[in-house]
Amino acid sequence: MIRDITLGQYYQTDSIIHRLDPRVKIVSTVLFIISLFLVENFIGYIIAAVFLVSVIKISKVPFKFMVRGMKAVVFLMLITVVFNLFLEPGEPLVSIWKLTITKQGLRKAIFMAIRLTFLIVGSSVMTLTTTPNHLTDGIEKLLKPLRFIKVPVHEIAMMMSIALRFIPILLEETDKIMKAQLARGADFENGNILKKAKSLVPILVPLFISAFRRANDLAMAMEARCYRGGNHRTKMKPLKYKKRDLLSYLVVFGYFALIIVIKIYVKVDIWQ
Amino acid sequence: MGIVKTDKLTFEYIRRDEEGNVEGITRAVDEVSLDIKQGDFIAILGHNGSGKSTLAKHMNAILYPTEGTIWVDGKDTTEEEHLWDIRQTAGMVFQNPDNQIIGQVVEEDVGFGPENMGVPTKEIWERVEESLKAVGMYEFRKMSPNKLSGGQKQRVSIAGVIAMHPKCIVLDEPTAMLDPNGRKEVIRAVRALNDVEKITVILITHYMEEVIYADKVYVMDKGRIEMQGTPREIFSKVERLKALRLDVPQVTLLAHELKKNGMDIPDGILTADELASAILGQNGLL
Repeated sequence: MIRDITLGQYYQTDSIIHRLDPRVKIVSTVLFIISLFLVENFIGYIIAAVFLVSVIKISKVPFKFMVRGMKAVVFLMLITVVFNLFLEPGEPLVSIWKLTITKQGLRKAIFMAIRLTFLIVGSSVMTLTTTPNHLTDGIEKLLKPLRFIKVPVHEIAMMMSIALRFIPILLEETDKIMKAQLARGADFENGNILKKAKSLVPILVPLFISAFRRANDLAMAMEARCYRGGNHRTKMKPLKYKKRDLLSYLVVFGYFALIIVIKIYVKVDIWQ
Repeated sequence: MGIVKTDKLTFEYIRRDEEGNVEGITRAVDEVSLDIKQGDFIAILGHNGSGKSTLAKHMNAILYPTEGTIWVDGKDTTEEEHLWDIRQTAGMVFQNPDNQIIGQVVEEDVGFGPENMGVPTKEIWERVEESLKAVGMYEFRKMSPNKLSGGQKQRVSIAGVIAMHPKCIVLDEPTAMLDPNGRKEVIRAVRALNDVEKITVILITHYMEEVIYADKVYVMDKGRIEMQGTPREIFSKVERLKALRLDVPQVTLLAHELKKNGMDIPDGILTADELASAILGQNGLL
């Protein structure tokens, strides 16, 4: 059962989006998310939708993978929608028992639902088309200026990539420990929550010990291979912008500018 | 002076109880003096707790001697300005393959050492290609290390060390966690390095079969070097090895028993073929 957990959600295929520099994808995703919160009318959302759908089309990732990310947050989304629907004061539309749905509430709830959906699908596009490795590289390079305020950027990136490498190893180990405990009569399935939580202790303790041992070994192996932090280190795969990356920046900034223009000048709203 | 030389090297662990009081001192390495020639294939044998791994860690400046001195390529390891030179000169491969692979892709892991040394990008790629080819893992370069077998992972670790262009490679029980096939793979790769690339190999192990190809064998017990010599010299002393709780290869043991029971067979038989011709020769069949 533990093996079913997929790591990251990279979808292997070959598209322009896949080959883009990770920095482009991170910056674009951030801009896209900001744009979602700038938009206040349907025209803006239509533009955002067109942009998002065309990116998905170009990325060649099947649409169902995009929606998969939604499942995890369906509950959160429902709560947001319900709260906005009933608690927003304004012109009443329908009244059931003590709850009133107002015109403003309905509008806000719909917008919130669209926003959240786009936000999740938008960030899925990034994680589906970029390997965790590349993402770490991109983050390291993007955050590099923070070194000047003493943020250990290289170290953070190194920690992230080591964590990624060890997740499958530790999962396998958890599986092994669980089987070993089951073989000695441990019961992980029955009982109430408290009992179940308690039965996790004999898994977690050996897992932690082994994780520390591994960390110790790994630190030694890294030192033996001359690792001494980020200084005077070269890169085997340095990130370099290519023409397609600059073009993508142009497109994304164009989209962002359009959203701002609409926010400032277009006041038409079919709702009001 | 050889590539690795030690003079009365001693290392002591301080054992502490739960409150941190000193319980006692264990001498893991006890006045070891050895001199290893450039280009040799050296094996260091010993059962668990004989101090062989501790000795190995001195060669890479991971541990520093309590007393005595160790020189790697003529440099004293306790002098801090040589630290990175020493770690580059004497590469180290550890026991657990999972705990020494850093990269998420084979080629990235091999590139880790050169990256740390500040080698230019283009040369890193050349080094990665050449090292992966040297251990026969080139076709796996794009794979995740998690998908490889133990023997393959260990060969990647070796490639990661070769990519740093060391003069000497110290392997600390590289086959202890592998199945017999994986063991053979790794030993074959190590021998090729020694033969073809002329890299000094220091192999630490407790498997006797891995020792027969060595130019010189050191046997350690309780932190001391108890025996040294060519594999043939070492294996001719079966009783002594047994006293040190070490097994001899099966063929050697068989030859020894036959000899004890009156057959005229020379000491220190290492392979089945040697034994066969010795027996045939004795019976006048050759």
